[in-house]
Amino acid sequence: MPATITPNKTEQDRKRRVEDHDNGSGRRPPTDKRTGGGGDNDNWNDRPNGRRGPYERLHRYRMGLFFALASDLMFFVAIVSTFFVNQSTGHFDPYNHYVNEWLPTTIPPILWLNTAVLLLSSAAIEFARRNMFRETDVMDEWLGLGKPITRRALPWLAATIALGILFLTGQWIAWRQLALQHIFFKTNQSSHFFYLITGVHAVHLFLGIAGLLTAFTGLYVSRQLETRQILVDGAAWYWHAMGLLWLFLFTLLVFFQ
Amino acid sequence: MTPPFNTPPAQPQPANTAGKKRRAALFPLRLFSIDHRIIGIQYLVLALISVVIGTVLSLLMRIHLVWPDWHLPLHGPILPEDYLALVTIHGTIMLFFVLTTAPQAGFGNLILPAQIGARSMAFPTLNATSFWLTAAALLILLSSTFVPGGAAISGWTAYPPLSAVASSGPGQALGMDLWLTSIALFAIASTVSSINTLTTIIRNRCNGMTWERLPLTVWGWFTAALLSIIAFSVLLAAILLLLCDRHAGTSFFLPTGDLVNGVLHQGGNGSPLLWLHLFWFFGHPEVYIAILPGMGLTSMLLANFSHRRVFAYRTMILTTLLIGLLGILLWGHHMFVAGLNPFASSAFSISTMAIALPAAAKVLSWLATTWRSKPSYKTPMLFALGFVSLFLTGGLTGPILAQPILDEYLHNTFFVVAHFHLIMAMAGIFGLYAATYYWFPLLTATSQHPGRLFSEPLGNLHFWCTLVGAYAVFLPMHLTGLAGEPRHYAQLTGIPGPGGSLSPAGALLSNTLPLNRFITYAAIFLATAQLVFLFNLVRSLRKGDFASSNPWQATTLEWHPSMNPFPPPSASDTPEMSVHRAPCHYQSNRSEVSFLPQWEPVPLALDEIEDATDTKPE
Repeated sequence: MPATITPNKTEQDRKRRVEDHDNGSGRRPPTDKRTGGGGDNDNWNDRPNGRRGPYERLHRYRMGLFFALASDLMFFVAIVSTFFVNQSTGHFDPYNHYVNEWLPTTIPPILWLNTAVLLLSSAAIEFARRNMFRETDVMDEWLGLGKPITRRALPWLAATIALGILFLTGQWIAWRQLALQHIFFKTNQSSHFFYLITGVHAVHLFLGIAGLLTAFTGLYVSRQLETRQILVDGAAWYWHAMGLLWLFLFTLLVFFQ
Repeated sequence: MTPPFNTPPAQPQPANTAGKKRRAALFPLRLFSIDHRIIGIQYLVLALISVVIGTVLSLLMRIHLVWPDWHLPLHGPILPEDYLALVTIHGTIMLFFVLTTAPQAGFGNLILPAQIGARSMAFPTLNATSFWLTAAALLILLSSTFVPGGAAISGWTAYPPLSAVASSGPGQALGMDLWLTSIALFAIASTVSSINTLTTIIRNRCNGMTWERLPLTVWGWFTAALLSIIAFSVLLAAILLLLCDRHAGTSFFLPTGDLVNGVLHQGGNGSPLLWLHLFWFFGHPEVYIAILPGMGLTSMLLANFSHRRVFAYRTMILTTLLIGLLGILLWGHHMFVAGLNPFASSAFSISTMAIALPAAAKVLSWLATTWRSKPSYKTPMLFALGFVSLFLTGGLTGPILAQPILDEYLHNTFFVVAHFHLIMAMAGIFGLYAATYYWFPLLTATSQHPGRLFSEPLGNLHFWCTLVGAYAVFLPMHLTGLAGEPRHYAQLTGIPGPGGSLSPAGALLSNTLPLNRFITYAAIFLATAQLVFLFNLVRSLRKGDFASSNPWQATTLEWHPSMNPFPPPSASDTPEMSVHRAPCHYQSNRSEVSFLPQWEPVPLALDEIEDATDTKPE
């Protein structure tokens, strides 16, 4: 019997099943999303698109927020690049000497205190956020045993709002202190950036406080747990991002002038 | 049970309550709708209004260039500042309100959710908000024409230091502020809309719609949206800094000792070059935001009308992303003559020429897809082929301008104008026309009747006139540019000197004047040819032929029978969609099933038939 160079029949057969979405392209078939579990005939294919998991809506809003924050990050990247460019830019005086007139702005010491306040507020909202997702509490709400989630999260949220307002007040005091030393927005290159960076960040925190107040109201008003979770979660991630951003900007203003 | 994928056109319902329903369908309540299809159509209407205004402005410019003494009715002679205002408003309107909104936000809203099997966009209210912000931005831009001092005259780039000093001349006062406000609003709206697009694509895909099965159109929208969220916020920051320079006494962009309009600006140490960096970091990705959706659509249309798979599907996805990535890295090639460090110029030159590689790979795929395929030359296919042609001819001058040495000579001449109008404006518009002709049945279907088709003969006429017109306008511009004709010059012939002699510039350009006349005639012809489209649009809206549910034998989900009649029934009634394969699967050796839509499950025996690309021609 001659040696075969063609593989035998069994190896030629394609082993694939159309019901597994295998179209024979050789690539991995798509993941089957029909989980749902629990044996309760909860087939997620029966649910509307984009809402197949318990946290689908939450995850969608969170993803939108993260893209918005990425875009916001580019905004600050542009401003910080401008900071470094202007810091190193000079001009030639009539004697042909290169002059760099950058006069570093002294940071008012109260900013250290403000930073601590902002860090505290970030911790507070993280407690609020985590309390929104305690499974035993979720079960209690589902069974109709009061609103333990709201009860636990509200104080932390209130604390965050108070600390946020405290931070903004502290920033205001810092600006007043600088103004008393006759350092204003238009005084010099460095003060442009001090006021611009702290000001734009304050505007962001102002929007953040508006978001926190919305979440606070939502905890009272909204009856749907998922909406409340989204409100607090979104406000919390935004607030954390602004806290991180402040650490970065504060480092920039203190050490890189 | 999925309905058959090519159902014949349904008969229109008797119009017993037509008047009432039409009134309800037309305006007030729907004006503030959050339905993504209505928002998409609103964006398209906005873009149509803008493109008409922008075209009229460009005609005024062309006419003024060859007949500078011509008096504009109700206005009088076109002064230099009027001409520069025309340049500015034309560029701004066309780039932002036509080439950015129509493909990305307009067709993106209309088609994208259906194409990925989603019920709606991820954030409908946000979607409506971004449209109304865009509309407000357009109104503010147009209103800047009527303020004291006139509209902005700095071009769409608004270079400081002139734009940073309100007293520096005409068009730099309130008109400039309004221009900046309008663009800032547009940047916010565009970012919001892109966040929506990205989240929709990532989160709302239907069952089985994996990343590699996404239609290339969706990949185009995805990449363009990524570029938007990266680039537009940088523009927003730059505008904020410029407004501070104008009104808050700062000097981010104002150099020390700058003498502007008789006023010496001390202090500062700002840098006008910094604005260029920030602006072009946005401005270059912006042109890819405009063209990428068109590229994706062209790939899909060429495959569809050639009845072929897209050649190298995964590579096409990769080149789309690569073009996006490189598009962010090469902003400096706009600044070769602006005083950029020569070493930086080299880096930007290399990265600019590198983008020719993915672009060439795309053209190769388009050619390989259509090669020996006997395509059916319907109007959308013609416009897709026109896109390829214009992309090639416009793109070939890219590597020339990417070299600093050649750019030294050609920068700010009409050579650059010709380059970017061919590749961005004309190819972009051809992409838009292809999309309009292709998706018209989805645009026009109502609950009363199925979608309508454009008239094919009129479409063909429109295509050939537009193609010939586009080349007749923009090819000669390369020549006048090579001869040294500068852009942004209100009067090329110059003002006659003593004794009626020409100014030096006028003497230089007297040779190109006949060619310039020809360009103006061609521009008028090109604009007139668009009336054919407008006529076809109005006619087809009222009495175009009814289309079947899938008139082009397309394989992507927006042609699912439940999507047409259009708009489909309310979201809760929409059947579940499942996707079984990548788009553009065609089979030629079974006559009854020649194409396989993405949604159609097919028994194993039928699925095993080799597709057309694998069989030898008879």
